[in-house]
Amino acid sequence: MYAQMIKTAGTGVKSPEEMTEEERKFQAHVDANEKVEPKDWMPDDYRATLIRQIGQHAHSEIVGQLPEGNWITRAPTLERKAILLAKVQDEAGHGLYLYCAAETLGISRDELTEDLLSGKMKYSSIFNYPTLTWADIGAVGWLVDGAAIMNQVPLQRTSFGPYSRAMIRICKEESFHQRQGYDIMMKMAKGSEAQKRMAQDALNRLWFPSLMMFGPSDKESVHSAQSMAWKIKINTNDELRQKFVDQTVPQVEYLGLTVPDETLSWNEERGHYDFAEPDWGEFFDVLKGNGPCNTDRLSARQEAWAEGKWVRDAMMAHARKKSAAQVAAE
Amino acid sequence: MSTAVTSGDDALFEFLCRMGDSTLVLGHRVSEWCGHAPVLEEDIALANTALDLIGQTQLWLGLAGEVEGKGRDADKLAFLRDGWDFRSALLTEVPNGDFGRTLMRQFLFDAWHSIYLGRLLKSSDKRVADIAEKASKEVSYHLERSADTVVALGDGTEESHARMADALAYLWPYVGELFAGDAVDAAMVEAGVAPDPASLREEYDALVGRILEEATLALPEGRFAHKGGRDGRMHTEHLGHILTQMQWLQRAYPGCTW
Repeated sequence: MYAQMIKTAGTGVKSPEEMTEEERKFQAHVDANEKVEPKDWMPDDYRATLIRQIGQHAHSEIVGQLPEGNWITRAPTLERKAILLAKVQDEAGHGLYLYCAAETLGISRDELTEDLLSGKMKYSSIFNYPTLTWADIGAVGWLVDGAAIMNQVPLQRTSFGPYSRAMIRICKEESFHQRQGYDIMMKMAKGSEAQKRMAQDALNRLWFPSLMMFGPSDKESVHSAQSMAWKIKINTNDELRQKFVDQTVPQVEYLGLTVPDETLSWNEERGHYDFAEPDWGEFFDVLKGNGPCNTDRLSARQEAWAEGKWVRDAMMAHARKKSAAQVAAE
Repeated sequence: MSTAVTSGDDALFEFLCRMGDSTLVLGHRVSEWCGHAPVLEEDIALANTALDLIGQTQLWLGLAGEVEGKGRDADKLAFLRDGWDFRSALLTEVPNGDFGRTLMRQFLFDAWHSIYLGRLLKSSDKRVADIAEKASKEVSYHLERSADTVVALGDGTEESHARMADALAYLWPYVGELFAGDAVDAAMVEAGVAPDPASLREEYDALVGRILEEATLALPEGRFAHKGGRDGRMHTEHLGHILTQMQWLQRAYPGCTW
């Protein structure tokens, strides 16, 4: 999941009696599984929450280029290099569709970018962890994209039309990303001793940060209930985390690796794995900016934006001259 | 060294390495931009260009390995040769500099690449013609994009104009090598595999001149050319650093499957 801890705007779910006539009609429309389109009336809080959620998702795609880009120039074969380039290119493309979806809600890409660079908006905590060995590139595809898919598949049914359509397109590509990640892990886990060590080390470092991607338990949150009523959040964080663990543990076993959680066990009665919660103290530290890579990630984006200013200015200036010349010619 | 070329296959191997090493090294350079471009569309375009170049490398070096017949595939050639066996043009090795220099280098390379591949479509070696056919479709798009960007940045603002003029002045001495023929080229011309590089210069200057004029930049007059990449006699200092990074995993953990 690339959107975490999205604060839902408003005061929580209203009863039909508390709603205005417009709000009642809107909720009935959502309840009937009809899509909300940009020109339709929508509550201000629905709009504000979606901007936060889609914006954070878009920013995550953009910042997410950095930990993977870290290995493009060191990829071990030409084919792996080509696949990684294609994947990172997809991520940037996902960022683009998502910014476009956000723009239909009345906020520009530049405004969202400024909010990312000033630290006002966040991106997923996972991208504040480093990619230290080639196995991390496998683990990012397998676990991080795997966790993202877990959240994004249900979001294909989200109530906001442009977001839903972006998710449908993105999910197709993400499942390819996940498969290539698992394929790297297979090669590593079945490879030399050093490769196995890299694979286990990647799993050790990325397991809990992957579980954190779903966010803390939201069963008590009134905000989450409102987002669910609006169908911009489909499952609870705990449901998705459980589903992810249930799906991933057999894959770990198939690889011959060990989940770094001594408490992990199959619970016959529940029909699910019991597992340890991640260290939420660490999670909140990362959100506050104290993850291992927060400073470097944000400054990489700030530098790219600052150093690219002359390019953007020149492109605009050239476009203006060209259209002025066209007008003069007509 | 190219002077040691004895048989037709040796020359063909050299020629294929020249093609594949230039696309490999330039693809590496372009991929260094990942996540750092001035605007999202450029991140996508740069990754796409790098991806095409790496794909072309797989084809050129794959065929080079086949022609050589010593059991080396494209990966072995890319990751297990040292600098002196590389045949990349010096232009592809120079550092990215700012975005303007990266795109100017891309344009100067694309213009040559597009013309050269156009001739290779008629190569007497069908394998070469087939690769050229696939690559030329990609490269005509690369050229369109890099030329448009050079025009926009050359014409854009005072600052961008000055940066593009600096980029051109820095890169121009690396252009001449692309047109300097040697014994390998002569053997390729003889066999009908590839054109004489020198014969393409006029068309190149006309194309580059037209775009530079639109970009309000002047085609440099100097014809001085640094050489030594295509024949491996003397690469830039930069190539060693590129290989240090690119080949590290294969060198540190030899014999693994990735």
